[in-house]
Amino acid sequence: MINMNQLKKIMGIICMLIAPLVVYFLISGAVQNIGEGTKDINKPVPWIIIIAIFTPIAVGFFIFGWYAFKGEYRQLPESSDEI
Amino acid sequence: MTNTSGKGIGKVIFSSSLGTLIEWYDFYIFGMLAKTISAEFFPEGNDTAALLSTLAIFAAGFIVRPFGALVFGRLGDLIGRKSTFLLTLVLMGTSTFLIGLVPGYKSIGMAAPLLVLLLRLIQGLALGGEYGGAATYVAEHAPAGRRGYYTSWIQTTATLGLFVALGVIMVVKSNMSDADFTAEWGGWRWPFWISILLVGVSVYIRLKMKESPLFSKLKAENKTSVNPLKESFGHRENFKMVLLALFGAVMGQGVIWYTGQFYAQSFLENTVKIEFMQNREILLWSIALATPFFVVFGWLSDKVGRKWIMLTGMLLGVLLYRPIFGTMLKDADAKAWVQQDNMVISADATTIIKTDTLANDKFIVLANHYAIRWATAGNTFFVENRVDTVFRGRDVFTTSIKRDTKPIYADKVLSPALKWKFIFLIWLMIVFVTMVYGPIAAFLVELFPTKIRYTSMSLPYHIGNGVFGGLVPFIATLLSTTFVHDPLVGLWYPIGVAALCFVIGALYLNNRVDKNVND
Repeated sequence: MINMNQLKKIMGIICMLIAPLVVYFLISGAVQNIGEGTKDINKPVPWIIIIAIFTPIAVGFFIFGWYAFKGEYRQLPESSDEI
Repeated sequence: MTNTSGKGIGKVIFSSSLGTLIEWYDFYIFGMLAKTISAEFFPEGNDTAALLSTLAIFAAGFIVRPFGALVFGRLGDLIGRKSTFLLTLVLMGTSTFLIGLVPGYKSIGMAAPLLVLLLRLIQGLALGGEYGGAATYVAEHAPAGRRGYYTSWIQTTATLGLFVALGVIMVVKSNMSDADFTAEWGGWRWPFWISILLVGVSVYIRLKMKESPLFSKLKAENKTSVNPLKESFGHRENFKMVLLALFGAVMGQGVIWYTGQFYAQSFLENTVKIEFMQNREILLWSIALATPFFVVFGWLSDKVGRKWIMLTGMLLGVLLYRPIFGTMLKDADAKAWVQQDNMVISADATTIIKTDTLANDKFIVLANHYAIRWATAGNTFFVENRVDTVFRGRDVFTTSIKRDTKPIYADKVLSPALKWKFIFLIWLMIVFVTMVYGPIAAFLVELFPTKIRYTSMSLPYHIGNGVFGGLVPFIATLLSTTFVHDPLVGLWYPIGVAALCFVIGALYLNNRVDKNVND
């Protein structure tokens, strides 16, 4: 039987896997769609902005997964003194 | 320190909410008038203008809003909440007013789109700083046990700002012809000019406000943060909570908020093709009837905790978005109207509104454009846009007509019963928004310590709403281009993000309401 802490660890691993996948799909989406039509998804600028802003977010998601895997969210702080 | 009297807290809420509402109004009118603004400042066929237009749309939401959260969040934790959100209001109001004064591309050339881009970026920057300040300011005045209720008034402003923006544009537009509205110095500028009056009143009110009691206490004790950015994102313990706030709450809230309020409107206009004014009417009714629920769920979150109210809103979106959008698409299918109602009265069925002529060695090819108005016995109306192709032989004696088999049905006007059904469906989606959005200000405030609260809560909020929420139309277009046979495929993005956020929130957040935010 999986307990809550194990579930949190498993979800941490899933987050660490999702983070690079998101960046991969964004880059491959850009390669496939740029120049193929006249919509926003066919222009390079939105893709550059989105990939530039989303990559650090994906890194943050990976770090979140790592923290979760290490058990750092097992107990949340009760007061700001713990932060 | 948070024992502001009933009358006092009312003033605090009113003055904070009014300014935030105006900021949202300012931000929305640009998006709602995007078509007119685009024609005026970013003419088609000019590559540089097109680039500036794309930057105005994407950079303002995705880059500048989170950047504004950092700049003004830091300022708010260093010099105080009151001065900072006064500054954001002035910046927003001034830039909005100035957009309304920029001459068109025809008059001043490339300077026009450049100025508009600059002012739009300032708008994004100001918006990034406003919300965190207002939410923090109200929460730091609120007594324990009432924080969710009081901050939920701030939460109504994002929706009420949309309501006011829609209303002002509709009133201006309905009082003049289309040509007068879209002229270079036409009616589309009025909503921008009106902003300066609203901002003037709000600045006057905010100037009379006092600094947050918690921040004043910190300042008096010389305990304010020296480097809020470093303490928020450089200290592991706090950074962990920033990540949890973003991925366990705000990311899902952002997509639910955007889908319910904006994607639904654009879906009705561009996919279902409801007539312009009726589309706005549906949205206005839905917003008006759903807005009180922000306060209801804010109040309820004080009693039962924030976590499960927010997560239930997300789960309902995950489960019901496809059925709701699917119902709207099916109910507004003009072909089905014709079949069901049997009686169809047509007008101008033979009038050709435009003919394109092409020719080759054997044929003269005519493309005849028709816009046929239909009224069904079920009290619905629509326009059938059809292009029939006529092949006329060079020998003059042979003519064949190829009828358009895929006409476009647009400008649909729903019957009163159907209109109210659509109002109910949009209302339902905005109620999901109120569930995730109503308690979130109190939730974020309680997560972070006073000395870095403004900075720590502003960044995840604007990444969640500006980036995750703002990406909804872009990813929807991407998905619908890739998977062309499913008109609802674009919904998988908000559904996926909200589902992931629901799981993370359910596993890692706790439902405890923090009694003490004085620390």
